[in-house]
Amino acid sequence: MSSAQTGTSAAHAHHPAQAHHFDSLEQQQEASTLGMWVFLANEVMFFGGLLMAYLVYRTWHPDAFAAGSAHLDIPLGAINTAVLIFSSLTMALAVHAAQTSWRRGQIVFILLTIALGTTFLVIKGFEYADKFTHHLVPGPHFEWPDEKLRAPVQMFYSLYFALTGLHALHMVVGIGIMLWLLWMARRGRFSAQYYSPVEVSGLYWHFVDIVWIFLFPLLYLIGAHVRHV
Amino acid sequence: MSEHIVPTRVYYLVFLALMVGTAATVWVAYLDLGFANTAVAMGIAVTKATLVILYFMHVKYSSRLTWVVVASGFIWLGILFVLGLTDYLSRGWLPQPGVPRI
Repeated sequence: MSSAQTGTSAAHAHHPAQAHHFDSLEQQQEASTLGMWVFLANEVMFFGGLLMAYLVYRTWHPDAFAAGSAHLDIPLGAINTAVLIFSSLTMALAVHAAQTSWRRGQIVFILLTIALGTTFLVIKGFEYADKFTHHLVPGPHFEWPDEKLRAPVQMFYSLYFALTGLHALHMVVGIGIMLWLLWMARRGRFSAQYYSPVEVSGLYWHFVDIVWIFLFPLLYLIGAHVRHV
Repeated sequence: MSEHIVPTRVYYLVFLALMVGTAATVWVAYLDLGFANTAVAMGIAVTKATLVILYFMHVKYSSRLTWVVVASGFIWLGILFVLGLTDYLSRGWLPQPGVPRI
């Protein structure tokens, strides 16, 4: 983009969103995207530590993990997976709306993303409540009929709550970011020239979706064939 | 800006593929395939994640530098898993006096 094209004054002969230390908006966009990916690579390791713990305990106690997993609600987990994938679609469409300077589209798709993210958290809340009712929350009130499996099943539920809890925390942060995007979009801040905030927030949102794509089979689905034999 | 704009048709197709993948992973989970259950589930999950990364996250259209950073995240995860498991999985192989077998 030529710098004079959107200049508002002679002193600021470039887009108002372009910071002074960047040569162009393209370079600024490239830097934002790269920075977000560096952060996401860190996030991979953040979840990676917990997944490593999961891997070790599951190889040690495969039967206990299958038994514990069999008490998770597969339909609710599957619905939540679909809800999150749907929210990733609306997020991608919000980015597209920003790239094409379609303000109304930005607002509608960001609102849909918020609604779907909230739906996910509400369903997760019902699942957590069910675990409290059935004494499956690790701690002094944890109950498991088979004495031999109690400790490793409790470990499964510790990892379940740690992994899904950390994931839910990311969802809450993501919804916060979406509210900020919504406010900016309403003020008409995003256009084909400048949409980096929508793009990088989208990267974060999709990352959280990817984490769930792995958590769903690893937590919910390892006991399904055992339960129905 | 000269950034590549992905046609919405591509997003809808990827969404469809992700939904099919989700249905497939649930269906396969009810079959008893032994060890293959986990392998199939992870295969589907990796495919779904790759679709999200390439299309929803635009990596297919991103710079080589972005590719390097994306790959580094997963390579480090691989190092964590492989080196971690070489320790934990091999602990029971050689009996050691005073150390309980796991």
